[in-house]
Amino acid sequence: MRGNQANRLGTGGLIDRSAALNFRFDGKTFSGFKGDTLASALVANGVKLVGRSFKYHRPRGILTAGSEEPNALVELRSGARREANTKATTAELYEGLEAASQNRWPSLNFDVMSVNQLFAPIFVAGFYYKTFMWPAKFWEAIYEPAIRRAAGLGRAAGLSDPDHYDKAWAHCDVVIAGSGPAGLAAALAAGRSGARVILCEEDFVLGGRLLADGGTIDGLPAAEWVARAVAELTAMPDVRIMTRTTLFGVYDGGTYGAIERVNDHLPVPPEHQVRQRLWRIVARRCVVAAGSIERPIVFAGNDTPGVMMASAMRSYINRYAATPARRIALFTNNEDGWRTAETAIAAGLQVAAVIDARPDVSPAHRSLASKSGFPVLHGSVAGVDGGKGGVRKLSVSLTGGARAEVEADGLAVSGGWNPAVGLTSYHRGRPKWRDDIAAFVPDGAPPGMVAAGAANGAFGLGACLRQGFEAGAAAARDAGRGGNAGSMPVADDEAFSIAPLWHVAGKGKAFVDQQHDVTASDVELAQREGFQSVEHLKRYTTLGMATDQGKTSNVAGLAIMAAVSGKSIPETGTTIYRPPYVPVAIGAFAGHHRDENFHATRLTPSHHWAAEQGAVFVDTGLWKRAQWYPLAGEKDWLESVTREVKAVRSGVGFCDVSTLGKIDVHGADAGVFLDRVYINAFSSLPVGKARYGLMLREDGIVYDDGTTSRLAQDHYFLTTTTAKAGLVMQHLEFCRQVLFSELDVQLTSVSDQWAQFSIAGPKTRDLLKEIVDPAEDLSNEGFPFMGAREVKLRGGLKARLFRISFSGEMAFEISVPARYGEAMARNLMIAGKPFGVTPYGTEALGVMRVEKGHVAGPELNGTTTAGDLGLGKMMSTKKDFIGRVMAGREALVAPNRQVVVGIKPTDKARRLRSGAHIIPKGGSPGPDTDQGYVTSVCFSPVLDQWIGLGLVERGRERIGEIVRAHDPLRGEDYDVELCNSVFYDPDGGRQRG
Amino acid sequence: MRIVCPFCGERELGEFTYLGDAKPQRPAADAGEDAVYDYVYLRDNVAGVMSEHWYHGGGCRAWLKVTRSTLTHEISAVEPTAGAGAAKVGA
Repeated sequence: MRGNQANRLGTGGLIDRSAALNFRFDGKTFSGFKGDTLASALVANGVKLVGRSFKYHRPRGILTAGSEEPNALVELRSGARREANTKATTAELYEGLEAASQNRWPSLNFDVMSVNQLFAPIFVAGFYYKTFMWPAKFWEAIYEPAIRRAAGLGRAAGLSDPDHYDKAWAHCDVVIAGSGPAGLAAALAAGRSGARVILCEEDFVLGGRLLADGGTIDGLPAAEWVARAVAELTAMPDVRIMTRTTLFGVYDGGTYGAIERVNDHLPVPPEHQVRQRLWRIVARRCVVAAGSIERPIVFAGNDTPGVMMASAMRSYINRYAATPARRIALFTNNEDGWRTAETAIAAGLQVAAVIDARPDVSPAHRSLASKSGFPVLHGSVAGVDGGKGGVRKLSVSLTGGARAEVEADGLAVSGGWNPAVGLTSYHRGRPKWRDDIAAFVPDGAPPGMVAAGAANGAFGLGACLRQGFEAGAAAARDAGRGGNAGSMPVADDEAFSIAPLWHVAGKGKAFVDQQHDVTASDVELAQREGFQSVEHLKRYTTLGMATDQGKTSNVAGLAIMAAVSGKSIPETGTTIYRPPYVPVAIGAFAGHHRDENFHATRLTPSHHWAAEQGAVFVDTGLWKRAQWYPLAGEKDWLESVTREVKAVRSGVGFCDVSTLGKIDVHGADAGVFLDRVYINAFSSLPVGKARYGLMLREDGIVYDDGTTSRLAQDHYFLTTTTAKAGLVMQHLEFCRQVLFSELDVQLTSVSDQWAQFSIAGPKTRDLLKEIVDPAEDLSNEGFPFMGAREVKLRGGLKARLFRISFSGEMAFEISVPARYGEAMARNLMIAGKPFGVTPYGTEALGVMRVEKGHVAGPELNGTTTAGDLGLGKMMSTKKDFIGRVMAGREALVAPNRQVVVGIKPTDKARRLRSGAHIIPKGGSPGPDTDQGYVTSVCFSPVLDQWIGLGLVERGRERIGEIVRAHDPLRGEDYDVELCNSVFYDPDGGRQRG
Repeated sequence: MRIVCPFCGERELGEFTYLGDAKPQRPAADAGEDAVYDYVYLRDNVAGVMSEHWYHGGGCRAWLKVTRSTLTHEISAVEPTAGAGAAKVGA
C-alpha cells in the first residue's frame, strides 16, 4: 500500500516537492518529501496513531514538532542500526527510512497490553513500591521479569553498533544555541563585531520559530530575512554554522557540550564518515537563544491522538504543508494560541471552535471568528471523545457552568510558553517565576552565559531580535572583539496575554507526563502521601524522568502540586536541571574509544619480532608484553614456561623489560635528592654501580622499587616498576619542585627512549661477547655484580649495560636506543644460536622471581611496609627520607604483622593457588584465625613443585611450621609449609658468578 | 574546567592531575611524629577558595599552585611551585 499524502497542502511549506522519498512505518510504505521529518510525513499521510504509552498502552499520536516530543517515539532503522526511542518529530526523512512503532504487541492497532488500562488503579504513583513489596523473594523470580517484559519503550538493537562516532574540540569567542530570530540576530551582531562565532542549531534548517510562524523583519518576509542573514553569516570567515547540532550542556571554564548528528539523516553514513560527533566547544561567551516550549493543558483525554500543541500544528501546516486535521478546535489560555486559528483559516481548513480560558478575547480575534464563522467559547475542554482513530468530539465546560460539545478531528492546545531554561540552570541556577507570562525564566546563569529572546521570556518577535542582537554584540565585546555590530534588525512585538490554566477537572485520565503516563491524579496522590517536595514528586511519580526529561510536563506537574498543597508555584519551585538537554548516545561519548581502541596500546620495541615468534601477549596496563613463546608441540602454557625457565637456568635467555619506567636524574644534588626519596642511600653509590632502591609513601607504606645506577657523578639512571612508571615520575617531580625545590636536580622521563633487555643464564657472558665490542671487559673483575656503565657494541652503537639480576642467574640488562630494540632482539637470537638462546616472557620472569623470593606487584600492594617485605634493614637511620617518620609508627612495626614468607604445599603434587587464606593447623576458618594469604605462586621447575610467596602473620619466625591454605573460592583446603622466601640459590652465588 | 598553565597557556582539565591542599608544609626532619602525622593526615575540607596542587602531566610536568573555589570551580590564580620551570643554573 502506498500513502498518497492526502493531508498535504497543494502549495507552500519548506519541502522539496521535486524530491519524493519513500519510507516505511510499521511495514506500510508511504511517501514524503525532502525537508520532511518522519512526523510531518506521517501527518501528511494521515497517520494519527504512532505509538502506545508506557504504562497503560494507550494509543498516542504526535504532540509536538520538536525535540520536546513525549509520544511519537519510534524504533528507527533495523538490525544493528535499530535505534529505539527516536523522536519522529526530529528524525529527518530519507529515502528508504524504516521505522516501527513501540510498546505494542502484536500490532499498534490491536495491542494486548492495553488491558493494563483496566488495571489502571494499581499503576498509580509509586506502584512499584506498593504492589511488588511482598513476598520479597517474588521480586527477582516473578515481579521483575514480568515488569521488564511489560514495561519499557523501544527495544535496543542488541548488536554491536556498526557505525563510528567522533569527538572533537572547537574554540570560539561566542557560541550561540539556537538560530531563531534571537540566535540569528546574536550571530549577526557578534560576527559583524569580528568575533569568532559558532552557531548551533538542532534542526536541519535555520530559522527556529520563524519557519512556522513567519512575520516581518526589516520590512521583509521572515523567510527572506532569514535567507539574507544566513548568507551574510556564511560569508563571514570566522562564523561557523552547525546545523543538526544541539548544545546540550555547559561545563566549567566556558566549555560546552554539543552533539552533531552528522549523518543521522542518511540510511547509512558514507564510507569513512561518522554517524555523530561529540563537540566540546570552548567559548568566551555563550548566548542561549534556545527559544521556549509550548506547554499543554492537563484535561481528561488530553493524550488522544489528534490532540496537538497549537504551535506544532502551525509547524506542520506552515513549514511542512501537512494538515494534522481538517476541522480543528483550538483550546488556549493565551493570545499566541490564536495564531493557529489564523494559520488554519489561511490554509483553507475549518476551525470548529476556539475555546479560550481567558475572560476576554481581542476584538481582532472576535472579528476573525465572526468572519470565518466559528464560535468562541469561554471555558475549558473537559473531555475528549475519541480513541485510536483520533479526536471526534470535545466536551467543553463553559465559564458559568454550562457545557457544550464541539465536533472536531483535531484539537490544538496552548497552555502558554516555557522558556528553555535548561542550559542556564545547569550550574544549579534556579529559574525565577514571572507572573506576567506565567512561566519560569532564567535567573543567573553560568559565567559567560546569557539568555536572549524567548529563552529569556521575551516572546515578541521584535524583543527576540533586540535581545539577541544586544546579547551578541555584548558577548563579542566581552570577548575582546569591538567591531561595529551594524544595525539591529527590527520587527513589531505581538501582544501576549495569558490566564494561567494548568488542569481542568473532569472525568477520565488527564495526563501530565505523557511519556511516563503520569496523570494529574498521580500528582494529587503523591501530595496526599506526603511526597510534596518537587524532587520527591519527581521520583515518586517518575514525572519528568523519561527520555524527554519532562520538557512538556514538568511545569504543569509542579503547578498542580502547588495547587493541591496550597502553595504558589514559585514556592513549590523547580527540580534541579541537569544536562544533557537531549539524550546523547553513549557511543558519542565513547567516540573511537571502543573495542581494541578502548585505551591506547603501547608496544615494546621488540613487539613485532615477538609476534613473528608466535608469542602470546598479555595486557600489562597499556602495554602488550610477551607472556610466553610457545613452540610447536607444546600442549599448554605451563610446558612452554617451564621450558623457558629451564633454558635460562641452564643456558641463556632474554626478555624485553623495556616497560619498566626509566628516569634520568641529573644535577649536582642528584644523589642527595635520591637519598630523600629512597629509604636507602644513593649519594654513597660509586659511579659505575647499580643499587636496588625502595621508595615509601609519606605514610610509611612501600610505594615502588627498582634499581638505580650511577652513570656519572651528577647522573643517575633510575628504573621504576611497569605499573607505577607514570606515578613515580609525578611523585618525583612533586618532591623536586615542591618539597625539595632548593636542590639542583632535573628529571627526564626516558622510558620510551630506551629498549631494555634482560639477558640471563650461565651462558650470558658468552652471548654478550658476541654483541658487545671485544674491547669491553665483561669479566667478573672488569664488570662485577651490580656494575653499571656505558659500553660500545660491535658496530659502534653505544649502549648502557647493567649487571643486575631478577632471575637469580648470572645476568645483565642492556639498554639501547628504542629504535634499535627490534634489531637487538634479532641479533640476540642470531648471536645466541650456538648457546641455545631462548626468548622468555613475563610468565618465566615471574617464575624465576618467585623462586628467588623477589617481591613484585602482589606484595607491593599498598599495605606493606619495608619490614613486611623483609627489607626493613635497608631503611637508613642516617638521613631523612619520604615516609621515614610514619614508617616508625607502632602498628607499622608491630611484631605480629603479616610479612613475606615462602609457602609450599606439603603434598608436592598439589597446586598452590594465590588468594588462599593461611590459617593455623586445627583452626576453623574465619576472621579471627585468618593469618594472611598467598600472594604469588608459580610452578617451580627447579623444585618440581608449586611454590609461592605469602603475607603471613609473624611469617619469618615460623619457618618450617605447617599451616593450612584455605581457599573457599575454589573449595580447597590443604596443608602448606612456611619456608624461606628464597627458594633458589639462597646465598646468591649464581648471580655473582 | 580549564587551567592557565604559566608555562603552556590555557589547557583543559584532562591534562592535569589533582593532588590537594597546597598549604601544608612538609615538616623538618626533626619535627617529630605528631607534626608529620598532621601533615600526612589532617587536611581542611574547604567549602570555598583554597590553594591546591595540580600537576600538568599532560604538558610541561610542572607542579602548580592553583587558587580555586571548591564551590564554583572558579580559578582565580595559577602560579608555578618553587621548583617548577627552568633548571637552576649553576646552583
